[in-house]
Amino acid sequence: MSGKRIGAEAVATKGWLRANKWLLLRRISQFGILALFLLGPLAGIWIVKGNLNYSYTLDFLPLADPYVALQSAMTGHLPEKLGLIGLAIALVFYFLVGGRVYCSWVCPVNLVTDAAGSLRDRLGIKGSVHLSRNTRYWILGMTLVGSAGTGVVLWELINPVSMLHRGLIFGLGAAWTVVVAVFFFDLFVMSRGWCGHLCPVGAFYSLLGRWSPVRVAAPQRAACNDCMDCFEVCPEPQVIRPALKGEAKGVGPVILSPNCTNCGRCIDVCSKEVFSFGLRFNNPASTAKVE
Amino acid sequence: MATTNSKSPKSGAARRQFIFDAAKMACGVGMLGLGLGLYAKQAKALPPLALRPPGALPENDFLGACIRCGLCVRDCPYNILELAKPETPVATGTPYFTARNIPCEMCEDIPCVKACPTTALDHQLTDINKAKMGLAVLIDHETCLNFLGLRCDVCYRVCPVIDKAITLDMVPNQRTGRHAMFLPTVHSEHCTGCGKCEKSCVLEEAAIRVLPPKLAKGELGHHYRVGWEEQKKAGHSLMDESKMIDLPDRLPEGATLPGHYDPASGHTEPMRGMAGSEAGIIPSLPPGLGGKP
Repeated sequence: MSGKRIGAEAVATKGWLRANKWLLLRRISQFGILALFLLGPLAGIWIVKGNLNYSYTLDFLPLADPYVALQSAMTGHLPEKLGLIGLAIALVFYFLVGGRVYCSWVCPVNLVTDAAGSLRDRLGIKGSVHLSRNTRYWILGMTLVGSAGTGVVLWELINPVSMLHRGLIFGLGAAWTVVVAVFFFDLFVMSRGWCGHLCPVGAFYSLLGRWSPVRVAAPQRAACNDCMDCFEVCPEPQVIRPALKGEAKGVGPVILSPNCTNCGRCIDVCSKEVFSFGLRFNNPASTAKVE
Repeated sequence: MATTNSKSPKSGAARRQFIFDAAKMACGVGMLGLGLGLYAKQAKALPPLALRPPGALPENDFLGACIRCGLCVRDCPYNILELAKPETPVATGTPYFTARNIPCEMCEDIPCVKACPTTALDHQLTDINKAKMGLAVLIDHETCLNFLGLRCDVCYRVCPVIDKAITLDMVPNQRTGRHAMFLPTVHSEHCTGCGKCEKSCVLEEAAIRVLPPKLAKGELGHHYRVGWEEQKKAGHSLMDESKMIDLPDRLPEGATLPGHYDPASGHTEPMRGMAGSEAGIIPSLPPGLGGKP
């Protein structure tokens, strides 16, 4: 370890608040959503009922998880009217803002794996089992084929995401063991193992946001000083290179990979303010002239 | 390796690598899938005492249709339902209740079904009395107090469909020879499986339990016809009774069979033994002996 913390330079140049802006907003979003769900069972204030699989807000807004609905559809069952409306809203929303916004801004397991990733970094744990990041797509396919084959919404039998979220709201039971297992898996076995390699929920949302307009881009990539902080902090570092280093190959500055979670952490840790949120259409092949 | 197709040794190696990688994934993920599939098969075996909410599809379909959202749990005004935790032997995240702990109150507006965003709880169910959450079975005739000759009757009294789903059927108490027993008898046509009877059974372990209908019901061979029902439907016997072969009744000299119907002649022996009937009171001799009293 060099001893220098990731993003130290950004804190020095931009100040702590601006160097953690998107991280803070993301945590507010994650905890805020969780709090809305918990307000009912804990305080008796029923704003949101249900869980991430399907929720009903203020007896007005239904939201349904498209991945669960798809598995259910594979078994030959379609939702009722409210379920279909909730499904449509979720599909349109995540298509627009980026599918994996679900992962980084909503999913409670992200808090667990981010904690594991950050601890891994602090402890300087380097070794990691190698596994293709495409494994999640294979698992996604398996759960869909398997749902059709067994007639059961297959991934829900073991899905740590819904186990944790449902557990916090309806009673955790032994679900904490699964969450702890994911934490230690990410900490000791595989860096960014769960969210970055295995989770079919994330894989599904990646595909959903394949063409989503809201993307992180590196319009100021000419200013990059190769400090590598963005690569270090990114949960999907492979998505950055084409956009950040694509000038010579005529590749535009927008991060087009659907695996990007739109977490905005690269924007935070960059002291040169290379990154920003933008639209995928604003993607000129060259950004060299931009001042 | 077809040399004409591969441009260079390198592309051949890349192709081999690609195939091996794909095989690695397919096999690894396939094994995970196999494990999950077998687990799913186990998950379908709902324990007999775990009951699904009213209107729930048969278990096979339920596990595909239910999206584990818990809206039925939330909208149940009596907090009867819970979502299965990973350690419970019910498919994780699906709603169930245990009658012995807390039975269904059978709300007339069925809010749990209304709340369900899927077809897992059948929205066609609008009359709670038509629900089939399970079927009550008086499972232990050795400990049921009514079978012991007492008048407990609690299961009968609490039944929301009293006198239809559970009746008390009077039979002679053969142990004492002089008392009656009032046996709680469940009629599957009317039982909703709410579990009130099981909950209120006064024994340490309930003698009446709500079981999945599949476990509780027998099934006649499909070619079976019950004579008296067919007769009722047709308005007459389905057989031509005059053509029935009636073997001669071999009786001791002078004996009669009161109430005996002889199909060949259409003659019925006079009844006897019914209080106030022509024949008078029950004779002390066994029927068929001693002639008219």
